[in-house]
Amino acid sequence: MSQDDMHRMAFREEAAELLGELEASLLALEGQPGDQDLINRVFRAMHTIKGSGAMFGFDDIAAFTHEVETVFDKVRNGLLQVSKTLLDLTLSARDHIKTLLDPADGTEAAVEQEGRRILEGLRQFSPEACAESRTSPPPPEPARGVATYRIRFRPGPHFYATGNNPLHFLEDAAALGTMRGYLHTEAIPCLEDIDPETCHAWWDIVLGAKSSLSQVQDVFSFVEDDCELTVDLIDDGEAGPDTGISKRLGEILVERGDLTPDDLAQALAAQKRLGTVLADSGLVPKAKVEAALVEQEAVRDIRKTREPAVETASSIRVAADKLDDLVDLVGELVIVQSQIKQAVLGTNDPTLKSLAEHLERLSDDLRDSTLGIRMLPIGSTFGRYRRLVRDLSAELGKEIDLVTSGEETELDKTVIERLGDPLVHLLRNSIDHGVERPDERRAKGKPPRGTVVLSAEHSGGSVVIRIVDDGRGLDPTAIRAKGVERGLVPHDAELSDKELYNLIFLPGFSTAKAVTSVSGRGVGMDVVKRSIESLRGAVDIDSDPGRGATITVRLPLTLAIIDGLQIQTGRECYVAPLSLVEECVDLPRDEAGEGDKIINLRGEIVPYIRLRDFFGIDGRPPDVEQVVVSSVEGNRVGLVVDRVIGEHQTVIKSLGRLYRDVEGLAGATIKGDGTMALILDVPGLVRAAVESGN
Amino acid sequence: MAADDATLNDNQYLTFVLENELFALNIGSVREVLELTSITKVPRTPEFIRGVINLRGRAVPVVDLRMKFGMGETRRTVNTCIIIVEVELDGEATVLGALADSVQEVYEMESSQIEPPPRMGTRIKAEFITGMGKSGDRFIVILDINKVFSAEELSLAADAGRGQTMPEGRGVAVDAGA
Repeated sequence: MSQDDMHRMAFREEAAELLGELEASLLALEGQPGDQDLINRVFRAMHTIKGSGAMFGFDDIAAFTHEVETVFDKVRNGLLQVSKTLLDLTLSARDHIKTLLDPADGTEAAVEQEGRRILEGLRQFSPEACAESRTSPPPPEPARGVATYRIRFRPGPHFYATGNNPLHFLEDAAALGTMRGYLHTEAIPCLEDIDPETCHAWWDIVLGAKSSLSQVQDVFSFVEDDCELTVDLIDDGEAGPDTGISKRLGEILVERGDLTPDDLAQALAAQKRLGTVLADSGLVPKAKVEAALVEQEAVRDIRKTREPAVETASSIRVAADKLDDLVDLVGELVIVQSQIKQAVLGTNDPTLKSLAEHLERLSDDLRDSTLGIRMLPIGSTFGRYRRLVRDLSAELGKEIDLVTSGEETELDKTVIERLGDPLVHLLRNSIDHGVERPDERRAKGKPPRGTVVLSAEHSGGSVVIRIVDDGRGLDPTAIRAKGVERGLVPHDAELSDKELYNLIFLPGFSTAKAVTSVSGRGVGMDVVKRSIESLRGAVDIDSDPGRGATITVRLPLTLAIIDGLQIQTGRECYVAPLSLVEECVDLPRDEAGEGDKIINLRGEIVPYIRLRDFFGIDGRPPDVEQVVVSSVEGNRVGLVVDRVIGEHQTVIKSLGRLYRDVEGLAGATIKGDGTMALILDVPGLVRAAVESGN
Repeated sequence: MAADDATLNDNQYLTFVLENELFALNIGSVREVLELTSITKVPRTPEFIRGVINLRGRAVPVVDLRMKFGMGETRRTVNTCIIIVEVELDGEATVLGALADSVQEVYEMESSQIEPPPRMGTRIKAEFITGMGKSGDRFIVILDINKVFSAEELSLAADAGRGQTMPEGRGVAVDAGA
């Protein structure tokens, strides 16, 4: 990949993120149209897209975004009110930018037309913008004095590689007013060591300008991520020329962060204080000096309490695969650690034992914090659903509010990514089948606006996501009739309402009377169920007919490590996910025969699968076999094994491409002795056994 | 320097023995050679894929080359080795292990010393062979590792293997459901 392609790709990624932020801000703005902070966020996102778009040769995007930005500049300056039409247009503009980012072949004409339509609409808001296009003068700022800013601009070493020239930014800053800069050259190596593609120089700048702080920051906004930048207002220009007391050298250095206050205090302590000098020379009596010092101290203390606490949260961006590598390495470390623990158990060396314990604590902490890095708040995806609900309810002529909670709930990055589609499907279902039209709702005595609640919360070792709507709920009679018609349930079966509701997760089940563009297209709830199960989660539905339905999705916190139950059959060890295991019992000898593969568990009939037969393992089973009773899709199923060994912290390893078609296996893990054990995919195993008529 | 390495690699071969016959792999595709460790059998897979080993925390499948070439199962001796190779499976770099009765040496052969594969008379499929080399008066069969471990070879064999190892009827039904 050429350097250029890399930059364009980086821009695409950045823009996709900005578009996400833009969408979230726009939707939030719909609820609070006057929120200046949100308006600024919208503006900033567009400004950055425009700037970097132009820089990387996406001229169409830059030109288009410029027009949208112009309108929002008016909003920002209070010349224009946020309205529904404006938000609609801006949202479609966002979509348009997205299309421009990833153009599909053969759609150019349609895309261009869509762009013209949006711009046409936007121009209604700013008639003069199209007349003078680019050079519309900035709105008059309220008259203000010349403020003084202190800027530290330190381009990162790869500054040139992103196609930037620091001087351009300095020139832009200089254009705002009078500027005095100091060029730091101390980081520049000697000539033979110099890498001409690395930026070594940096600047301290004092700028006197009538601009606001944000305007000064805007100059550098394109490169914010590629440089260290601090812009501080050191004098707002409100005070008259006389009152300004110029700061002392030490203060300035400390403010710039070049000198720590402690060092300053030390240096000053070495210096004779003015009070001592005066007292020693007898010009002022010592007592008076001390009195003056007390006053100085008091004033200083009062001022100190007024100073706001400045917090800096910093974050860095890391490629996802680097994190995956890290998790792999930590997984290996955990395995080696457990091997060491096993080895040490056989010795009597106390030093070794305490070291091994120490190592265990450390590696547990390391594992927890590493897995923590991969955790993302689920709220990052909620924005997308807000848009979905908004668009879909408009399309279906329904009025629906999406209420979200638990945005801060953290889940593994992979889980969040793979959860997106199932959740979209479930939401669509609630909106399409659940919530009624306003007139229908009124007739039932409900408020015309429906509500869909999307919530997430931690519960034990898993995360529970709920989708609750206040619509018509599920009709057990209709589901039953459908189930019988499709041959999914015998017509005389006695099923509880809850069991009936869960029928909708079976393949080939759809009660939608009409196929809309939204649901009932054959991609059923069974797909949702499967994809959630592939994340080792579970989905469940409950309903209060006439009042609404609740869908509960339960997911594990992480995919990398599970609690497992180690079992043995033949010479090999296997691991079953402990979350599915209900109990372990001995297989009664009279039920182990060739007849029905069923055991009687306290009066309940539980079918079983003999792992030995299913996996084709040679050899004779032991006299007493054991049954691991697991819960699979609400039913209890037994797995007959030779021996149950015990619990096992299981780091999941992929079996790789070669084994991807093998049914009944979810991966592999490494045992304490360094050999591999296979992880059973119990639901898959049961499915395969059922399909083969076992 | 890099160019030198490439040419050096190009005519270096790792030779190994399968049932008294000398075989060779281009050193470029060989990652390392391990002693035979414990292999975990993966059920419902063909016999010649012996299972997976733990290679520094990764699950790496191990193929029994002797079974693949119809020479019967590899027996465990002090000399038995696993040659870790990197192959392209459907355009994806995959790490696999190959069992060998013993590993001999890294042997240098100029391309002029290598003859094209004979069209008949070899025990293994001609398409698996890139050429024939010589060490003293012994022939060396140089294998095309990407052909031996191609997706078709591994999966076609998987289907056949399933039918053999599965109790009657079961394998077929599973395939239909998959």
